[in-house]
Amino acid sequence: MQANSILSLAIWVPIFFGGLLLFSSKLCKPKTAEYLSLFAGMVSFFVTLPIVVNFDLTTAQFQFQEFAHWILPYRINYHLGVDGFSVPLILLTSFMTLVVIISNTRKSIPSSKSKGGIQKNIGLYNGAFLIMSGLMIGVFTSLDAILYYIFWEAMLIPMFLIIGIWGGPNRVYATIKFFLYTVLGSLLMLVAFIYLYMQTGSFSLFDFYKIPLTLNTQFLIFMAFFMAFAVKIPMWPVHTWLPDAHVEAPTGGSIILAAIMLKLGGYSFIRFAMPIATDAAIYLKPFIIGLSLVSIVYIALIALVQKDMKKLIAYSSISHMGFVTLGLFLLTPLGVEGGYIQMISHGFISAALFLCVGILYDQSHTRDIDRYGGVINKMPLFTAFAVFFAMANAGLPGTSGFVGEFLVILASAQSNFWIAFLASLTLLVGAAYSLWMIKRVFYGEVTNKLVDNLKDIGLRETVVLGSLACLVIVVGVYPAIISDITNVTADQFIQSMSFSKVIK
Amino acid sequence: MKLIHIFSIAPFAPLVAALLVGFFGKKLPKIFSYGITILGVFIAFLISLYLLYLTSNGYSMNEALYQWMASGSYKFEIGFLIDNLTSLMMVVVTFVSLMVHIYTIGYMKDDPGFSRFFSYISLFTFAMLMLVMSNNFLQLFFGWEGVGVVSYLLIGFWYKKSTAIHANLKAFLVNRVGDIGLVLGIALILFWFGSLDYANVFQRANFLQQEQMMLFGSQSVSVISVICILLFIGAMGKSAQVPLHVWLPDSMEGPTPISALIHAATMVTAGIFMVARMSPIFEFSNTALSFITIIGAVTALSMGLLGVIQNDIKRVIAYSTLSQLGYMTVALGVSAYSVAIFHLMTHAFFKALLFLAAGSVIIAMHHDQDIRNMGGLKKYMPITWITFLIGSLALIGTPFLSGFYSKETIIEAAKLSQNMGSSFAYWALVIGVFFTAFYSARLYFLVFHGQERWRMNKQTDLHHGLNKNQSPHETSFVITLPLVLLAIPSLVIGYFSIDFILYGDFFKQSIFVDLAKHQSLYDLQQHFHGSWAMGLHGFLTLPFILTASGVLLAWLMYIKNIRLAIPPLIIKPVKKMLDANYGFDYFYEQWLAAGLRKLGHFLWKYIDTNIIDSFFVNGTAKLVKVASVLLKSIQSGYIYHYAFTMIIGLFLLITFFVKI
Repeated sequence: MQANSILSLAIWVPIFFGGLLLFSSKLCKPKTAEYLSLFAGMVSFFVTLPIVVNFDLTTAQFQFQEFAHWILPYRINYHLGVDGFSVPLILLTSFMTLVVIISNTRKSIPSSKSKGGIQKNIGLYNGAFLIMSGLMIGVFTSLDAILYYIFWEAMLIPMFLIIGIWGGPNRVYATIKFFLYTVLGSLLMLVAFIYLYMQTGSFSLFDFYKIPLTLNTQFLIFMAFFMAFAVKIPMWPVHTWLPDAHVEAPTGGSIILAAIMLKLGGYSFIRFAMPIATDAAIYLKPFIIGLSLVSIVYIALIALVQKDMKKLIAYSSISHMGFVTLGLFLLTPLGVEGGYIQMISHGFISAALFLCVGILYDQSHTRDIDRYGGVINKMPLFTAFAVFFAMANAGLPGTSGFVGEFLVILASAQSNFWIAFLASLTLLVGAAYSLWMIKRVFYGEVTNKLVDNLKDIGLRETVVLGSLACLVIVVGVYPAIISDITNVTADQFIQSMSFSKVIK
Repeated sequence: MKLIHIFSIAPFAPLVAALLVGFFGKKLPKIFSYGITILGVFIAFLISLYLLYLTSNGYSMNEALYQWMASGSYKFEIGFLIDNLTSLMMVVVTFVSLMVHIYTIGYMKDDPGFSRFFSYISLFTFAMLMLVMSNNFLQLFFGWEGVGVVSYLLIGFWYKKSTAIHANLKAFLVNRVGDIGLVLGIALILFWFGSLDYANVFQRANFLQQEQMMLFGSQSVSVISVICILLFIGAMGKSAQVPLHVWLPDSMEGPTPISALIHAATMVTAGIFMVARMSPIFEFSNTALSFITIIGAVTALSMGLLGVIQNDIKRVIAYSTLSQLGYMTVALGVSAYSVAIFHLMTHAFFKALLFLAAGSVIIAMHHDQDIRNMGGLKKYMPITWITFLIGSLALIGTPFLSGFYSKETIIEAAKLSQNMGSSFAYWALVIGVFFTAFYSARLYFLVFHGQERWRMNKQTDLHHGLNKNQSPHETSFVITLPLVLLAIPSLVIGYFSIDFILYGDFFKQSIFVDLAKHQSLYDLQQHFHGSWAMGLHGFLTLPFILTASGVLLAWLMYIKNIRLAIPPLIIKPVKKMLDANYGFDYFYEQWLAAGLRKLGHFLWKYIDTNIIDSFFVNGTAKLVKVASVLLKSIQSGYIYHYAFTMIIGLFLLITFFVKI
């Protein structure tokens, strides 16, 4: 065990800078705040790099553990640590936060009229993202249930503010819906934690893993976790908050929501629900797989008929996240790693797509597909990116979008052919909604004045979209870059799932 | 540097060229765009030739380039399998690609997307080479989808044309239907064979032939058959077999060079190649082979029939391609894999030639593609005329020309095969020969002979076209050179290579035929007494009589202008059916696509919005509100209300708890 504090740094550096930025709107000019947040984003990203550089690939143990007593009477500790499942997500979080901060500056579009709103409170806005980044990394590193719970809940506040302050016209409904949905689930999770505390006398995750429980108890605990995580992912039928939240959220909010927040649900399934209530997870496997397939097929069909670009991508997100839960609950190394890579990949692709929609929206103030047409004539470079990411979204081999879907389909065929068949329908429907949108928005003649006034993207957007595109290709061509980190942990995870925890 | 790294230059040189041109081509002079891509493809071509030389002397290689990822006990690797089949395909692909690259310099010279086009076709060459060089199913799928995506980009190359952007979406989605089959086939292979590596899979196919799996309830089916049929569904998408053929005619919306390269010579034959490559699996499933035979036969005949009624020069050739792909598929189905590959090769040359020659005609006609406006081009465009004639003669199977050897062998193989469906296939192919001859001759006569119809009143108002007083002429050297270079193999390659490719040991390492069960190829070998004898014998066969009568009929109808008296009662419904493409498009667009959209709308509006959102989510919120209104009304603040409530409460308590 190394006695350093790189995990604490990864959590608290962004939160510190975020806090600083919250006051910056009063103290300094927007331009200064912008540079400060850029600097903060970079520093926050760089402090997470040592985690992956020093990570030991050969062990499934938790690494870089930090331990301090916190609330002694209840044996609540400040206990951090990471394994193969946490590291890629931590990097994704800090990287995406940097992406959001870079893209929040609107300087590169000369015609942009969005000087109001976000621009005015740029410090506050970026500060919220930085704080959220730290909190989410906290979730990915906590090994103590209460610590985890605090990060989990605290994270809602910045997101609530981002949508509530900088959101669209229907933002109040969306934020309340978002908040209530997630809190409802989380409270049940808290109940489960408290029950486990009563049984083990501690909030340590390690103790939770060890404790034997009856099948009935496991079932209840699993369902409590399930409510919390299923809402977050989101799984059908508790998904309806997501399209609303996305539509109302500003671009940056959508990016973080899709790229990271949804992943918290998937991650928590692996970290809490499945290892703690092992037998219940196995027992409920058909149920979860069924819901995942509904997500994949049913939601994809809904995405097909959306008229709002953001809603389309939001539904597409739900459909893709269906592969995560499907993969995880197949309970094979292939499925788990497929589901995991799907999470990372979806982080890149959905973020890029939301960014694309944001770029269009900033210029023309509409997300209505019908109001576009022939954008390629005005924005050829931007169109190249949009087509690329739409292809990645449709699971084109060579992009990261393919890896997760492919592995999960392979894994599901080992369980039942028809599961694989239903999952593979996404090949068709996913391509249909992605490329049909591309066709209607980008191809064809310039249809109206709105499109005629568009200007192509500048250097800043090119760099951001380009770096995302590179990552999508790297993961697609060489997914071992992620799976090498997760391999040992995944194997160990599958092994631990094979031991029953039921009291004899 | 290991040998594999040298060989990997073949696919990666075009990739690098594509990236360079894609990123920088637009700002630099044109010579950069075509210079670099042609250099890349030329390097690939040289390496392919060298590999063909090596492999025909018995060399073969199967090696991994790198490990893609590993999970559990599975390893996924990217690597190359180089044997005769691979190297032959590589030569065909790079040669046709090189010709198309050169041709494009002239064909696209005024197009604003000049460098983009070169970038795409180079990228295509890369993906296609990855496909044919692959030694595992994962990379096969990568190449498979890669060529699909470039095809998508190229069909929609002229993105302002609404028909083009409809066609490319359609092509991609129809291919995706096939891909579902391919992916599921791959998934089952991984499950049953424990590996995606060709060598491992082929080695174990033998042991799995008795395995059964449950697919529908408790009914068990042969694993190998299921896998083979699923893989073949993938091939049906890519190689445009009925009923997944609908995208190919529409793909003609793309520029003509890519019709030659992608939609005739290479990409559409990927399905044929794939099945031939998988022959060690397919050989163990007679069910799958029969399925393949029947699909191929239906495609060969029905699509040939459609070629007869087309008036767009490219569409005639497109339907001809569909029909010829059907021939190749039948060859696969009767276990004559090497014959399918042989026909794939000859077809690649003469069909690419036909398309490029058609492109030459199209430029000369100023982008009027309607053959009813052409005629008499012979004297204005001698090179195009001669090469087009060679291509057509090869296509209809004139003895001694390349197409004759391959097509005749396919028909013979179907005749000799004992597998179910092969006799149906035989007759379908033989009748198909008649239609092939008829539509090819019709096309040729209408374009190159007869009156110069563009000088008359236009029948249609398509595109721009020539003026009455203009004359078409040959364009540049870069257009005619590829025509000549493609005409040579179209003429002679069959004659010189049939013995070597089909009856030698050429495909011994790559293609496996279970001779105990599937003897047709062996029997063919017994009948074969050299190319010369086969050519002479070709004049006496039934297909030749049909070919000749097809040409004759076309000559009578379109040169002599003799109208055949077929009663309208027969011709009308047939024509209607043919015009509607047997109703496939209507069904897919009006029923399937529209149905799915309706279903999506229903799920969204009724289940998601009405039930989940309005009833449960907002309903809960409303319930809280209603409850709070009710509870609020109790807390009115008036003493007498509280007193009243208290009395009622007391009364209730006493009733329940005080025992009298």
